[in-house]
Amino acid sequence: MTYLWAFVVGGLICVAGQLLIDLTSITPARVLVIYVVAGVVLSALGLYDPLAEFAGAGASVPLLGFGHLLAQGVMDTVDKMGLLGALCGGFSAAAAGITASLACGVLAAAFSHSKDQN
Amino acid sequence: MKITVEEYGRLVGKASPHSKLLRDCLWAFLVGGGICLAGEALRKAYMAAGFVRSDAGCMTSVTLIALSAVTTALGWYHKLAAKAGAGTLVPITGFANAVVSQAIEARSEGYVTGVGAKMFQIAGPVIVYGVLASTAWGALYYFLRPWI
Repeated sequence: MTYLWAFVVGGLICVAGQLLIDLTSITPARVLVIYVVAGVVLSALGLYDPLAEFAGAGASVPLLGFGHLLAQGVMDTVDKMGLLGALCGGFSAAAAGITASLACGVLAAAFSHSKDQN
Repeated sequence: MKITVEEYGRLVGKASPHSKLLRDCLWAFLVGGGICLAGEALRKAYMAAGFVRSDAGCMTSVTLIALSAVTTALGWYHKLAAKAGAGTLVPITGFANAVVSQAIEARSEGYVTGVGAKMFQIAGPVIVYGVLASTAWGALYYFLRPWI
């Protein structure tokens, strides 16, 4: 059953992004920024965790889930380290995703050429 | 109903952006949902393999990022994105695609000022404002914690 909800919730989150792009003059790069910040805000308000529980990867794979990860990570480190944790939490939660992306970026640049993309 | 050519043109103009919008949204829904479905399958597989919930989520993201990098380098992701719009942009694979395609594009400018500097052209702002927002929330949480 979580497969169905992952598909539907994930799809709807993408449709919301598509509507932002098509109906307003917001560029895709801004949509990404809006999604991550919105994810942090929704998570801080306690609204995103129930959705993640319910829809699994449907909530965690879109960039809203990246914001949720940042907000949860920062709460963990504040619990452990106090106020200093506010500075450490975001990057430690996002480390795997960011590092994997940049490692893939450098590898891809080394092994492929820009003409392959088009 | 009788309509003149001008009226017909106006009606077409009124109707066509809607159908384009509908098509875009359908593509975004199916492709975005499909990527999330693949993520859910990976997450279940990692949990079955003995990873705890949060680690399985991390592994899922890393796997999707690697898949996105491969398909971006082969040029497939770009082709899908032309149809799927936000369906390929909003999932974590879109973030990885932004990094990898910028890195490949910048290859000719060298590894330091090219690849190293330019690959975060689109993903950089996402990290900057995401981490800033999380820091603001972390500080707020620190002071609110006694009451939560």
